[in-house]
Amino acid sequence: MIQPHSTGAQKAIEVKSVSKSFGTYQALKSVSFDIGSNEFFTMLGPSGCGKTTLLRMLAGFESPDTGSILLTGQEVVAIPPHRRRVNTVFQSYALFPHMTLEQNVAYGLENLGWEKGRIRTRVGEMLERVHMAPMAKRRPAQLSGGQRQRVALARALAPEPEVLLLDEPLSALDLKLRQAMRDELRTLQRDTGITFVFVTHDQEEALDMSDRIAVLGGGEVQQIGTPTEIYEEPVNRFVADFVGETNFLDVEVVETAPGQATVRTPFGVALTVPATGTASRGRATLSVRPEKINLGDQAQGTVFEGRIINKNYMGGYTHYTLDVAGTELRASRRNASREGDAIPLGATVPVGFVAGSARVLAA
Amino acid sequence: MTESALHAAAGGTDRSPRVRFWRDLSFWGLLPSWLLMGLALILPIAIIAAVSLATRGAHGGFTWDFNLAGYRQILFNEGWTGELEFTPQYLLIVARTFALAGATTLICLVFAVPVAYFISRQPPGRKAALVYLVTLPFWVSMILRVYAWMIILGKDGTLPRFLETLGLPAGMSFMFNDGATLTAMVYTAMPLMVLPVFASIEKLDGTLIEASHDLYGNRWVTLRRVILPLTAPGLVAGAILVFVPALGAVLEPSLMGGGKQMMMGTLIQLQFGGGRNWPFGAAIAMTLMALVLVFLLVMALRAARREDVR
Amino acid sequence: MMKGHDVKHYPGLGPLAVFFFIYLYAPLAVIIAYSFNANRVAGVWTGFSTHWYASALNNRALMNALETSLTVAAVATVVSTLIALSAALAIIRGKNVRYRKLCETIVNLPLLLPEIVLAVATLILFSLVNVQNGMLRLVIAHSAFCTPFAFLPIRARLQGMSLDLEEASADLYADRWTTFRRVTLPLIFPGVFSGAMLAFLISMDDFITSNMLSTGGSTTLPVYIFSLIRAGTSPELNAIATLLILASLILATVALLVAARGTRENAEP
Repeated sequence: MIQPHSTGAQKAIEVKSVSKSFGTYQALKSVSFDIGSNEFFTMLGPSGCGKTTLLRMLAGFESPDTGSILLTGQEVVAIPPHRRRVNTVFQSYALFPHMTLEQNVAYGLENLGWEKGRIRTRVGEMLERVHMAPMAKRRPAQLSGGQRQRVALARALAPEPEVLLLDEPLSALDLKLRQAMRDELRTLQRDTGITFVFVTHDQEEALDMSDRIAVLGGGEVQQIGTPTEIYEEPVNRFVADFVGETNFLDVEVVETAPGQATVRTPFGVALTVPATGTASRGRATLSVRPEKINLGDQAQGTVFEGRIINKNYMGGYTHYTLDVAGTELRASRRNASREGDAIPLGATVPVGFVAGSARVLAA
Repeated sequence: MTESALHAAAGGTDRSPRVRFWRDLSFWGLLPSWLLMGLALILPIAIIAAVSLATRGAHGGFTWDFNLAGYRQILFNEGWTGELEFTPQYLLIVARTFALAGATTLICLVFAVPVAYFISRQPPGRKAALVYLVTLPFWVSMILRVYAWMIILGKDGTLPRFLETLGLPAGMSFMFNDGATLTAMVYTAMPLMVLPVFASIEKLDGTLIEASHDLYGNRWVTLRRVILPLTAPGLVAGAILVFVPALGAVLEPSLMGGGKQMMMGTLIQLQFGGGRNWPFGAAIAMTLMALVLVFLLVMALRAARREDVR
Repeated sequence: MMKGHDVKHYPGLGPLAVFFFIYLYAPLAVIIAYSFNANRVAGVWTGFSTHWYASALNNRALMNALETSLTVAAVATVVSTLIALSAALAIIRGKNVRYRKLCETIVNLPLLLPEIVLAVATLILFSLVNVQNGMLRLVIAHSAFCTPFAFLPIRARLQGMSLDLEEASADLYADRWTTFRRVTLPLIFPGVFSGAMLAFLISMDDFITSNMLSTGGSTTLPVYIFSLIRAGTSPELNAIATLLILASLILATVALLVAARGTRENAEP
């Protein structure tokens, strides 16, 4: 289900019909949503979808052409960045190269007019928390990417902002480190209770870390929901395609009811599958995730015959491309044993999926 | 003021580009440069343009009677009876100015390209040291760099003495001719050519040279068809940096060329010194400026066209 | 032994480069060598002497010229660097600057015009509005033509500096002035320093404009040296030249080292 409004009683951020154009390019088209306090909220989308523009508006580096933005109930569009209780972890980290780590973390506190002793305590505490205390006197140039990331986090969290904005902070890290940092970020968010607004184009990151995800595309919010909702109940073709892999089948809706629809598949079989709201009759798209399609003796639900026309062995699992009555279907199968990959190319095997795991999308 | 009133006031300004222009302080940042350049540069140029059209005063200076006498004098001599007689005298100076500036640019280019290439092939430490060595003479006063060549080429100078020891006749002097002027011009301009040429050669992707050889190009073909075309912007930048100041050279011709071998710069200087013909001097100055601006414009247009092609 | 085939190697470059650097430095070496010549005639070597250094240092006119040059250069450096800095900040960091290109061209205008044209034009202006004070004339003219030299390194540095850093500062509650003082200025300082050094050098070195504008009481060093050269080469002139060459080389080295260190220390990771 779509949840444009957070369930929490307190709202950290309210974005109301925000639009923004750069020249003739419309970056945001009347976007609205709320973010609850203590939420780990992710804005997910391809590059150019407007997610970074939105983040920069929350920080105060851009202002909307129309619409308003509320921070804990207060209109902030006219407030400059240095007077917003919001901090940012920049994609480039933007650590001041001429200052030590300590000085970097202290910077915000000094500008807030904290008293010296309190600053020292807080800086030590923050560096300790991100495991960078032994390097307090070093400069950013002497650090690795992961270490810089931690310092940027400490610097942004030190002033205890109401909201922490993170602009693709993991994109510069290598794969292993990225995984570790995901857990660390998640833990940090839970411990501090600060609202995190995370921007990424990596759907795996979004699914792994978020309480809720807003999928953005073409300057508009496509869907907002929990990771499971986004993955299992995509509302349209864009979301189903951008988040995870899927098979799209051209179907015809022949019967509808609230929350479900009966469709005629290209294989000639009729299925009753979940839908968003009440689908309209006629041509539509059916989305089935590859891992929901079972092969051979594991085939269950509605079963067809399919011929294997291509296969890609990936180690942990194998991707199969099947020809089912002239339609291409992709299926993935976990290689639970060494022989898991045994279905040969060209073989004709039973192919099946449970109707409840597929979904009719709005055209 | 209440918080909301503040926001309302600020919000009003935030969305109006004109007000934000002022709030950005850009105007105030630019104002000093406008004032300085307007008063110390544009205004004087406007005045000299006017003076070039004025009439020479009886005892130096000028009167505001507008005519083209200053410009006419570049090409014609006015006889006793007012008839105009073509005199190539000043045209020759313009030609010499272009010839010497062009020769300076060409010689600098011929040396700068191989030297810059050599430097770019050195290991990092030595490379930095060599760039430093190229830059260093540039910091030495120009007049001293010219003076050095007076000691070398002049009467009793290093070169004549050296030639004497080789058995050539004593008392030779290489001074006071175009060759001497050119020698000093090349020497003073050289760092200005090497640095931009080096910068563009340094940026050249080495694998392109390897790709050229891989595709059966020898060194010469690679130089002509890969290295030179790709470093052309640097060569052009260096050429402009050398050619434009060379057109306005004063020190080299006045010290090395002697009184007879004038360039446009020394001719202008003369009109505001001993010669005392301000309108004529102003006319030559305007001519020189026009030539330089046309040259720069042509270069800029060519550069713009090259950008378009890419 | 097999010799590898290095496609990037062109034969003969090494010797050419050696020749080139000898060519670059030999003339300066000649001046220095002659400055220690005891003989009054520069070309005739009769023995080693530091006599001419003593006489150079006691030369009243030389010291006056040096003082004039240093004063003019110092004032022109401060004025042109401040103007260049504010113009660079406005052009590169200003948000809604219209005619950005035009503004930049105006600052760089002195580079586009032959100096002699500018010099005589300024002379006419000063004689029309009757500015007689030589120092004032020099300071105004020098400030103008030094500005682009100060501007270019500052602009380059500012352009190379990520906007993220200034945004990060604003994000961390620093107002505009604090951001400038604590982030922008320290990070562009190597550029500001290089610009100021360049402006100082250009002012100290200037002959064409100074020769046109200086009056009896405000002879600059190059103008004074020019008059000495006109009077004929002398060992004392060589001693003066040597001192100046050494001073420039030391200054240049210090400047380059400071700029290099600043660049290294503030390198953005």
